[in-house]
Amino acid sequence: MIAYLIRRIMYAIPILIGVNLLTFALFFVVNTPDDMARMQLGIKRVTPDAIAKWKEQHGYDKPLLYNAQAKSSGKLTNTIFFEKSASMFVFDFGYSDDGRNISREIQTRMMPSLAIALPTFFVGLLIYITFALLMTLFRATALDIAGVALCVVLMSVSGLFYIIGGQFMASKMWHWMPISGYAGGLDSIKFVVLPIIIGVAGSVGSSSRWYRTIFLEEIGKDYVRTARAKGVSELRVLFRHVLKNAMIPILTGVVVVIPLLFMGSLLTESFFGIPGLGSYTIDAINAQDFSVVRAMVFLGSVLYIVGLILTDISYTVVDPRVRLQ
Amino acid sequence: MMPVILWTDALIFLLIAVGIASAWWIRHRPHLMLPWQRVARSSVGMVSLLVLSLFIMVGVLDTLHYRAALPEKNNGQTVYSPEVLSAFDALVSGLRNRTEKTYSAPLAAYLYAKESIETPDGKLLRDYPRLKFGGAHLDNPERELAGDVFKRTLLGTLGGLLVALLLTGGVVKLYPATRKSKPMGAVFIAALVISGVIGAVANLTLAYHVLGTDKVGQDVLYLSLKSIRTGLVIGTVTTLVMLPFALLLGVAAGYFRGWVDDVIQYIYTVLSSIPSVLLIAAAVLMMQVVIEMHADWFDLEAKRADVRLLCLCLILGVTSWTGLCRLLRGETLKLREQEYIQAAQAFGVSSFRILTRHILPNVMHIVLISVVMDFSSLVLAEAVLSYVGVGVDPTTISFGTMINAARLEMGRDPMVWWALASAFGFMLVLVLAANLFADAMRDAFDPRLNRTEGVT
Repeated sequence: MIAYLIRRIMYAIPILIGVNLLTFALFFVVNTPDDMARMQLGIKRVTPDAIAKWKEQHGYDKPLLYNAQAKSSGKLTNTIFFEKSASMFVFDFGYSDDGRNISREIQTRMMPSLAIALPTFFVGLLIYITFALLMTLFRATALDIAGVALCVVLMSVSGLFYIIGGQFMASKMWHWMPISGYAGGLDSIKFVVLPIIIGVAGSVGSSSRWYRTIFLEEIGKDYVRTARAKGVSELRVLFRHVLKNAMIPILTGVVVVIPLLFMGSLLTESFFGIPGLGSYTIDAINAQDFSVVRAMVFLGSVLYIVGLILTDISYTVVDPRVRLQ
Repeated sequence: MMPVILWTDALIFLLIAVGIASAWWIRHRPHLMLPWQRVARSSVGMVSLLVLSLFIMVGVLDTLHYRAALPEKNNGQTVYSPEVLSAFDALVSGLRNRTEKTYSAPLAAYLYAKESIETPDGKLLRDYPRLKFGGAHLDNPERELAGDVFKRTLLGTLGGLLVALLLTGGVVKLYPATRKSKPMGAVFIAALVISGVIGAVANLTLAYHVLGTDKVGQDVLYLSLKSIRTGLVIGTVTTLVMLPFALLLGVAAGYFRGWVDDVIQYIYTVLSSIPSVLLIAAAVLMMQVVIEMHADWFDLEAKRADVRLLCLCLILGVTSWTGLCRLLRGETLKLREQEYIQAAQAFGVSSFRILTRHILPNVMHIVLISVVMDFSSLVLAEAVLSYVGVGVDPTTISFGTMINAARLEMGRDPMVWWALASAFGFMLVLVLAANLFADAMRDAFDPRLNRTEGVT
């Protein structure tokens, strides 16, 4: 198991280098440091001197990928690419364009993101699976058909509608919840309830339908027929046999998402004015702050890879037949 | 008049050509027709296809672009207007040209905001002014409006039903087989309902703004109908550009294995490990910078907006091909162990021929299913991306830009709800129809699913 984990982590390194190369190519080759300097300085003050100075200040006064003038290994290390990406591997993201330490920003903004993402995730999982189990229990009856129809309608509604509609209802009609903003500590509860409800409602359609398909796949198998033949009640079949055996496909889809919860939700956070990582990213996108976007891309892919590894480990927990080697 | 072919137009024409060609190809091959006949037997599938084809019709009409000739001539040469119009614009020119000053509610005769009006006896009065076009034929809107709207709706509905009855009557006469089949009954009823609604709306638009007007007084119905093309382009062109990648790489990785598989797996793991929203945002940002710096590339504003739309499709395509690629790789891995493939290899058939003759036809159902499944999520993604500010050009009319503009007016009292409601409503109908059609297609094409459905 340990050997397996180490090997997986080693595999992650070339992938992360690939991610870095890609974002680097996107940002620096299409948009050269000269262009960045011009954009940051504004049109009026653009002189060659000013550009050179800006580049020096921000560490862009080196060749992009390959430094022909440097010696031996310096040919590769004394470049913008190496300097900007090597530090990322130890999670030092440098400074954003307005001079703040990105790593510290990420640390402080993580909590609000988690305060919304974690409850949304777990409450959602509970509701979706319950709904899907109910549909499976009443399968091929009018209730099931109505449930599936409802799911299809819900999944055809734009996510923006849930957010805008929910925000409007809460603010105009009920007056019991702040529409946006955030406070630390226990006060945060009243700020996060609405985003959580909307987050859960937003994917109830697609998720429940997906779980229903998984359960239906299992319920057609022989062991279920055997259990029923033994006289096990239908509810017990569902919970003890079907749910347990459906765990592998469920985990495949679910565990990958858990680490990404840190990233928050771009839309929800910016709509509700929550100072989390999602709104941080959106602000950076709108301000064209590339160092922040690059940091978030890197963080996102690290978390995704962690998610993949966690998925494999979770298989060993639910299915004793799986051994990681 | 000078026809203009934008990049996305060309791709849509290509798509239509491919569609017609493959329909021709399938027509004479019974084993390929079989799943389609299964789709034709599903009521839900056929009704949603009817709705979808209406949307597609609007989209295709809106794709035939041209520039109108201006009346004055420059040294005998015809001068063309810088504005790029489409056949659809020409068709509904009434809707397009009858703009009010600012917001007005659906079917209203008065403007949304109060203004100073000069009464005939010279006094200034602050009141809601009459609309220039909405209900302009009424003498006393307060009394006559409801009755007039009712009368027009009724007449329009009846007219629509009459046309629909004549049309469906003709179809039944020509193809008597349709009279008995179950889905056709549902399709006829749906066609009647739809044409009734269209008739009523068309009749009302002659005198009113059925869905109100937006901030600059444009008819919301017109904006919603124009948005359809953008949605369709995003949903289809994206697939068109990503399909070659996914097919080629997925099948190659599964068939050749070894280092080819390693390289391709590496590429798609890298791409899929970046959160897609971030990758899209980053790529769109870069594209914006490039387009802004090279404003001289485009002689028309419409061309710039169109290139942005195309780039968005390309970017969405690059970020979304990995899922399909993985599926195809898995399926090809399974297929290559089949006996008929091994037999072909033993006979010395070349890899290229095995891939095109044996593997490709056998993975086509996966491609088709995932293409129609992706369509609806792409339409929805456009709205979200435009909201975040990394979507289509702000001058392109799309559901996303409509929602974005309308969102800012939520706080006004009385509320301006109609633009939002129309954008969401049109989007819901389009996506719902696409989802239902995709389900019908999946049921018909997926052999595995059919079996499990049979058990339950």
